Parts: sequence; C-alpha cells; structure tokens
Amino acid sequence: MPGPRLAAKDVQKAFGATLALAGVSFAIEPGRVHALIGENGAGKSTLMSILAGATVPDAGELTLDGAAFRPHTPEAARRAGVAMVHQELSLCPHLSVEENITLGDEPARFGFVQRAEMRRRAVAALGRVSAASTRLSADARVGDLPPSAQQLVEIARALALPKCRVLILDEPTSSLGAGDVDQLFSVIRSVCAEGMAVIYISHFLEEIHRIADDFTVLRDGETVGTGALGDVTTGAIVEMMVGRTVAQLFPRSPRTAGEVVIAAKDVTGAVNPQGVSFVLRRGEVLGLAGLVGSGRTELLRCLFGLDGMKKGELRVLGISGFRAPPLRIAQGVGFLSEDRKGEGLATTLSLAENLTLSRTRSLGPAGIVLPRRRAAAAQKWMRALAIRARGADQPVGELSGGNQQKVALARLLHQDADVYLLDEPTRGIDVGSKAQIYELIDGLAAAGKAVLVVSSYLPELLGICDRIAVMRRGHLGPARPAAELDERAVLMEATGA
Amino acid sequence: MSDGGARPPDGEHEKAGLGDVAAANSATWAGWKSRTLAVPWFGPLAALALVYLLFALLVPDTFARSTNLVTMARQTVVVGIASVGMTMVIVAGGIDLSVGSSVALATVVIARALNAGAGTFMAVTMGIAVCALAGVLVGAAIAFGRITPFVISLGAMTILRGTAKGLAREQKIDADARGLDGLLGVLPADKRWMVFPPGVWLFAVIAALFVAILRYTRFGRHVFAIGSNERTARLCGIRVEAVKIGVYAISGLLAGVAGVMEFATLTVGDPTDSVGLELEVIAAAVIGGASLLGGEGSVIGSVVGASLMTVIKTGSTHLGLPNWVEEVVTGGIIVTAVALDRLRHRRP
Repeated sequence: MPGPRLAAKDVQKAFGATLALAGVSFAIEPGRVHALIGENGAGKSTLMSILAGATVPDAGELTLDGAAFRPHTPEAARRAGVAMVHQELSLCPHLSVEENITLGDEPARFGFVQRAEMRRRAVAALGRVSAASTRLSADARVGDLPPSAQQLVEIARALALPKCRVLILDEPTSSLGAGDVDQLFSVIRSVCAEGMAVIYISHFLEEIHRIADDFTVLRDGETVGTGALGDVTTGAIVEMMVGRTVAQLFPRSPRTAGEVVIAAKDVTGAVNPQGVSFVLRRGEVLGLAGLVGSGRTELLRCLFGLDGMKKGELRVLGISGFRAPPLRIAQGVGFLSEDRKGEGLATTLSLAENLTLSRTRSLGPAGIVLPRRRAAAAQKWMRALAIRARGADQPVGELSGGNQQKVALARLLHQDADVYLLDEPTRGIDVGSKAQIYELIDGLAAAGKAVLVVSSYLPELLGICDRIAVMRRGHLGPARPAAELDERAVLMEATGA
Repeated sequence: MSDGGARPPDGEHEKAGLGDVAAANSATWAGWKSRTLAVPWFGPLAALALVYLLFALLVPDTFARSTNLVTMARQTVVVGIASVGMTMVIVAGGIDLSVGSSVALATVVIARALNAGAGTFMAVTMGIAVCALAGVLVGAAIAFGRITPFVISLGAMTILRGTAKGLAREQKIDADARGLDGLLGVLPADKRWMVFPPGVWLFAVIAALFVAILRYTRFGRHVFAIGSNERTARLCGIRVEAVKIGVYAISGLLAGVAGVMEFATLTVGDPTDSVGLELEVIAAAVIGGASLLGGEGSVIGSVVGASLMTVIKTGSTHLGLPNWVEEVVTGGIIVTAVALDRLRHRRP
C-alpha cells in the first residue's frame, strides 16, 4: 500500500505563551474524506493555517506524498497542490465565474489575458463540481450567485490548480440548505473518486458520518483520537471532543404554555413570507424548520420590523400591525441575527458595548451612558453565561465564535426581552457552547418567556422545541408537537417530497 | 429578568475569571503600558511633543517663545473646530467634504448680515444656522437617499461654494467686524490674564464638550455603533437615520463656528476662502486615529492632529524652509500616522 497523501507528526505551534498546537499527528489517505473535528479553540484553525501556508509550525514534521511539506506562504501551499476552501468565501463578487476560477493564475500571453484558454480551464473545473444539468455559467457574475453556487465556484477554483492533491473544506455546509448539502456531498465523492484527498472540517457530526471515511479529533491542541469512522459512534466522538460525557445535550425543564404573545394571520412580506399564520405562547419553544431560502429568516425579520410587511394581521404582545425595531425592543421583543459578523455584532466595539447596545437607557441618567455601569452590566452576563474574554472592554471580534454568539444572546437577556426570535442560534459554534445555549433556551421557556427558533440543524430543533412548523417556499405548515415528528418527516415536508 | 435561563454550567468557573488577570495587571508597569497603548491618541500626542521639541531645539530664540504658542493655538482654531465635527462624521462611517465651502459661506453670510445692519450676535447666529441647515440637508440626503456620503457631500461642497459666491456677487465683502476680530486677535493689556484669546478658549470648550458627548451619551455611543456596523445598530433599535442627520448637522454647525473664527481673522466675507480646508480637517482626524471605515476616532486625537499640522507649518516657517518642504512633511506624517495605527491594532 502506498504511503499517505498528507501526514503530520507531532506538529507544534505556540503563539506567545499559549500553546495552540501541542502535538498533532494524523495521516490522510488519497481518495478518502478525512474529517477534522474539535471544539473551537481545539487548534483546528491553527492546523489549517499551517497546511494552507499562512503559519509556520515551531516543531514537527509534515509530509506530502512522502516529501517534506513546509509551505511558507499560501502561494507555496497552493503550488504544492494543497487548496483550502474557507468558511467565509474569498471570491471577488464583481468578477465573473471564470475570472474567479483562474484568479492569480490567468492564462496570458505578453500580459494579455487569453479569454479562450481561461474559458476552457474554467469549464473543465466547473464540470468536476456540477452535474451537466445544473452547470454553472462561466460568464455569471459571482456576486449574483446564491451562496451554494459560490461555494462550488470556490471549490472549482481549488480544483483548477495544476497539481491539486489535497482539498481542505472548512465548515462547507454552514450556510447551505439540505438540498445544497446533497449536491456538495456528491461533488466531494466524485473528486475523491479521482484520487483527491479531502480534509473536511465541520461541527455537524451527523454530516461527518455521512461523508467522511476517517477522522481525527483535536482537543487542546492535541490529537485525542484518529481512525476510521466506521469503528466509532457519534457519542464516542463527542466524548473525545469535550473530554467529558454530554449526558443531556437537550435539557427539558417543565414548561407550561401560557398566553399568546404573537398571533400572525396571513402575514405576507415583499417576497417571503407568503400568507403565514401561527401563534406563539409564553412558556414554549416553537421551531421553524425548512430549507435555507424558504423564508424563515424573512418571517422573523418581519416580526421584528426589519423587513417590511405587505399584508396580513399581526399582533405582538398586545399591539397590532407592523412596527419598527425600536418599538419592538421597547415591547420586549429580542431578535438574534443569523449573520453574526455582518449584522449581529459590531465586531470592532467592545463586548460591553455590544452586549448593552439595545438597552442603554438603564446605564445612566437622561441620555448618558456611564462606562462603569455598562461594564458592570456586561460582567453580570459574562459570569451568567460563562463568556470567556479578557474583560468587558475586549473587542468582541477577538472572541471565539461560541463566545461571540453568547454575547449576542446576552444582549437579548440584558434587554430583558419576553419574546425571543432566534435565527440559527448555534450556527458555526462548538459543542460546548451549543450545550450552554440549549440550556439557556430551556431556562427561558421554563421561566415563561416565548421562544421562536429558526434552525437548519434538525436534531437541534427536535431536541429543544415543543412544537415545530415547517416552512416551504414562503408558506408555513401547521405547528405540530415535536414529540410526534422525526428528522425524516420534517425533511420530507421541507423539500415537498 | 429572572435568572431562569442563565445558570453558569459546571466546569466553566475557572475560565470565567480571566478578567481578574487584567485587573491585577493594572497596577504594574506592563498594565500601565498596555493601557496607555490602548489610548488611540497617545501616539499622535507623543509625535506632537517630539515635533515641538525638535523645532524648539532648532530655532530656540523664536519658535520656543510662549507668544509663539499662543499664535499657534490661534492658527489651529479653524481647522480644530471643524475637525471636531468631522471626527463625529468619520466615526459614524461617513465623510463631509463640504466643510471648506461651509466656512467660506459662513464668512459671507456674516459679512452681509453685518453690512445690512444686523447686530454681532444676530450675524454670527445666521452664519452658523445656514451651515447647520446645510448639514441637516446633507444628512437627510445621506440617511434617506441611501447615496454614499462622499458623493452627497461632494455635491454639497460645490453647491455651497456656488451659493457663497452668488451671495457675495463673486467678490470679497468688507465689513466692520464689530468686536468679532477680538475672538482671535491679540489680547488687550487688561485681558492678558486670559493667556489665550477667547476663540481659543471656545475651541477648548467645544472640544471638551464633544469628547464627553461621544464618550458618555447614548447619542455618542450610537454614532460609534453605526460606524462600526450599521446593520447591528438597526438591529438594536437605534434610529439610524436620525443619528446620521444629527451627525451631519453637528458637522455643519461646527463648520459654521469655524467660519465665525475665520471671519474673525479675515474680517471680510470671502467666498473663495478655505478651498481645500476639508482635506486638512480630514487629515487632522485621520492623524488623530480616526478610521475612514468608521467606528474609530477620537476628538482629542483630532485636536492633536490639527495642532501637529500647525506646529509643522509654523516650525518650517521659523526655520526658513520653503512651503513645499512643509507640505511633503505633513503628507508623510498622515501616512505614517495611519501605518502606526495599523501596527497598534495588530497587537494581540
């Protein structure tokens, strides 16, 4: 048997006094998908940036097809045939698909771009990532494409590298709906069949079981387990990740459904939602399932006043009609955005500032904000939610994803909301933080708050919700008790199968 | 709210106390150093001190005199006051290119009002009000028209310049200053105790006021939030449009006040005055640590930036250096300031 495609032996890296990687070893075989698993802060990002050439390790050995692999620049890593597709896509939205695919390596003669050759290469690469029926146009402007198509372009760009041997996918499904995930997986399988080695990073363990052949679990910068996925259970992997058993991921305190806080009848927005009716009561968690783009987010934004409402009847906490966010906040409605960096948080501002931004009135007399009171309020929630930060004045952009999400959620708690509209509350965060957020949501419902959750992660919805309604193409189905549903039933309703 | 949903999970306690480490640091040299470096205007202030000392050593007999300090303070007032407003605009993620034209318009309005027999107070109020109104209109166009601030204020720059010229019939308007010249003039013997002329003191009061507004008021914090991430601000119930209009209104108003100071120095209404002043004002804010991407900047920094430019100008004159040297040096300082600010941000 030939040696591994990419192997790491005792790789170490320290940043100042912190040891980011304390000794990582693994071997990745050609033609197989290798899942890299670990909580945020486990060292995955450091490892990825070493493989991608952005960081140079302090010690240890990396080999690519038996030869030493020590890229000092991202350019060198790509030239050696190791291509990375980042979680946040790095395409130029104003350029066409073919220009993006050949970016940095444009075929040229005397400095003039050779369009025909560019087209040939782009089409060849696109052919490997999309079935003939759904083939992407090489002319399309990338900014006009949906996220799932942009991701395929990014993968095509990696494959267009002359010697691409290792493809690294970082959280590739975090912004995809179920149908797009299937498409992505078939692309991954087909490039594997060509002999590519794929490193697959994801928080979704079910997904890893579906697509990956081998796994490596990192914890605190060390390899704590590696091998074939067929030999282990999901439970065993979770235990490796967190270093303790997650006995009860979805806690459920006794909840009693109370008065109706949101009554929507035939609510219709600009495009989505279309004629949506439902009620939300105190003391319950209502889940909205559905594909990405089915209109769940737009419904939440409409309830909160961020997106317009064209027609329908809406009654929120005793006030009828469409209202703007300032009034909704005053009423006690809190909204958590799905887009943490783009909308949810002002990343250059401090943790305390972000946490208190929607209710500064309590932080001083008439129009004044006293920094000391702001810090005290923030510290209270930092303790309650175990937010890990240097202090309340640390810029929120420096925190890990899980801690950022906790800050965004703590803002709603500080706001003292009664109705929580949560859009993908656990997207892209580690298992430990997820467990804390589930516990928090359960506590809110038990305390008589009303929670409306949108999530693309079905086990989560089934685990935390009392009732679930499925949205499809802007229309909302009836809300049914979560106990009567399973993943299959929800998925069938969401896809219209 | 009830704490029903917020129990700290087990196993997290030891990590939750990281803030204490920072607190313990505060008493040490390292703590002092990191906190000083965290102050955005510390670098520019150090640069100001250095440049001042340099010139004081090179031309000790003229530059280092205390009277020169007063002169330099007087020369900083116009750019300084305008830069306070500009800081707010830039922090909110905008830009206001109409400042120079506003200053010229204010001098014309004041001169015409005085010539028409208005009292000093009335004339000054009119000059400031016209500029503030222009600011409101610019702000409204930016907030509701959803057109980039650069384009709107570029248009306003030309419109206001044209208005000033029209109002002045394309010539300078001589006017009796009626005491306004005292704002920045040499102090009479019986007022020597003031050390600086009243205009400089007014500048100091305005700067202090806006330091407090930006730091301690809801309005000020909303300005930072909008500049850092406008969508987040909207999400948090901030009335983004109202805040933006307020910001440009303040910038216009302060440009009007700067115009009063300019009139106090010129004692004529000059529609062709202060061409390109807005770039000096923006430079002052940028030297002082304001980011043109929004969300960052400080009034103290901008005042330091404005002072730094005056010191370089005056020092070069005292040294007998030609004007072009001073311009090259000022440009170099702008670029260096931004580069150093980047380095500061890279610090872990």
